[in-house]
Amino acid sequence: MLDRISFTLQPGEMLGIVGESGSGKSTLARAVLRLLEPARGRLRFRGRDLPALPERELRAVRREMQIVFQDPGSSLDPRMTVASIVAEPLAVHRLERRSRREESALRLLRAVELGPELLHRYPHELSGGQAQRVALARALATEPALLVLDEALSALDVSLQAQMANLLRNLQRSLAIACLFISHDLRLAAYLCNRIGVLSRGALVEIGRPAALVSDPRHPSTRALVAATRA
Amino acid sequence: MSAEFDSHPTSIKDARVLQVRDLFVRFQKNEGTFAAVDGISFSIERGETLGLIGESGCGKTTTALSLLRLLPPDARVSGRVELSGQDLLALPERALARVRGSQIAMVFHDPLTALNPVLRVGAQIAEGLRAHRALDRRSARASTLELLRRVGLAAENADRHPHQLSGGMRQRALIAMAVACGPTILVADEPTSALDPVVQAEIVVLLRSLQRERGIALLVATHDLAFAARLCDRLAVLYAGRIVEHAGATELLARPRHPYTAGLLRSLPPPLGAGSDAPLEPVAGSAPPPWALPSGCRFRDRCPRAQEDCAGHDPELVGIGGREVACFHPLEAS
Repeated sequence: MLDRISFTLQPGEMLGIVGESGSGKSTLARAVLRLLEPARGRLRFRGRDLPALPERELRAVRREMQIVFQDPGSSLDPRMTVASIVAEPLAVHRLERRSRREESALRLLRAVELGPELLHRYPHELSGGQAQRVALARALATEPALLVLDEALSALDVSLQAQMANLLRNLQRSLAIACLFISHDLRLAAYLCNRIGVLSRGALVEIGRPAALVSDPRHPSTRALVAATRA
Repeated sequence: MSAEFDSHPTSIKDARVLQVRDLFVRFQKNEGTFAAVDGISFSIERGETLGLIGESGCGKTTTALSLLRLLPPDARVSGRVELSGQDLLALPERALARVRGSQIAMVFHDPLTALNPVLRVGAQIAEGLRAHRALDRRSARASTLELLRRVGLAAENADRHPHQLSGGMRQRALIAMAVACGPTILVADEPTSALDPVVQAEIVVLLRSLQRERGIALLVATHDLAFAARLCDRLAVLYAGRIVEHAGATELLARPRHPYTAGLLRSLPPPLGAGSDAPLEPVAGSAPPPWALPSGCRFRDRCPRAQEDCAGHDPELVGIGGREVACFHPLEAS
């Protein structure tokens, strides 16, 4: 499904991954987080070889990588309050005492521009935009070095999408998180990302700065995507 | 866009395929009765494409579904929906069933749920042909294959099941089903939201060519402004159940006059190659739910141009400079 993909990601860099449906974008997201086992290849995170790590050490590494999915409806536990959801990674990784968790939850909500009134709400009581911000707050809880956004803005309306995009930009710059921004929306990726990689049928066919990719696309898949986005 | 009609309309009345007047869709909830669609009027001519654009909850999908009376039973629909002169809302069920599919057809937004998973694609297309045109099996099969060819699908797809087709192919199959019985108008609800941009562009080409060939009118409900810009001749922007601006597509996108339209356009990332790094300018906050509307103009709490008189009355849609705007302080015509 993925064919010899190679790239590196620097701290503070936002790398976009674009491509047609079925090109392997989501597979890549999962492989990077080792939610899927790669058949072959090297996956190094902060200098450490991931596939070789035993499960116990992998767990420690896992808290440094987080993911936000497209649909908050399926990634937020409907039986948990927002406060519990957002603080859960801290509990799981035993990063904080229980007594401090509500304080941390507040802090995380503030970081994604949500107010304390949402602390005790349940996911079904949130709007789509709020739910996605909660998912982002949870992803930031462990102060990850890598954040994977798998079509995280794709289901949002235009103005919500813009609000989230601005939020992401600010957070990413102030926290210097490395981000993998997977999207079928080339325009949004070109705006947000430092570099963009184009996937086609499981292969990384082109990678470069957005301006270069857009003005001088080399690979037919890139050209098709640029033409379709521009039309 | 110039459409080739296969016969020239003899009067304005002939050219108008669909006329919607004072459409209301109300629901009863614990909090009381509220309107998801709160007084909408528009018309569409032969071969023309009108886009209903807006964000979640604005009423565009409810409007689209109401035209074919596909809303749940607790929806209270009122107004007039005239299709080539007959009021669809007043038709008895049996007459409506004859009209649906043969004169007005729907292209739903998620082909995977709109297509029957256990029937082969060809059988689903043929089903409509046999119901509305009383074709025998052989003729239906021949027409089906011709339709598939017309929408760019290879003949062998007739014998496949929906899950065996890609997303784009399923959408083409849905379009084939929709045009099979020769409707004068198609109603499409977010037809490309599940598709990537390359496939989306192909669907735009297909729809436009079908329109040119058959003079079909098209009503598209979508939140995708770029897609609407490519496909539509005119755009009606919906907000909280009402049309707030209605104009030619090019005009509206180049020179929006309603602050919400302008805000939506400013929320978009810059065009490819623009190289701008400035933060996006989204419309602040989110749309009010139908049961919690502010007094006066529904948009005023989020509007950078709001003034005192905006709290008094909800502005009517009025014609200015070749378009319609519902605003007391519209942006200047530049």
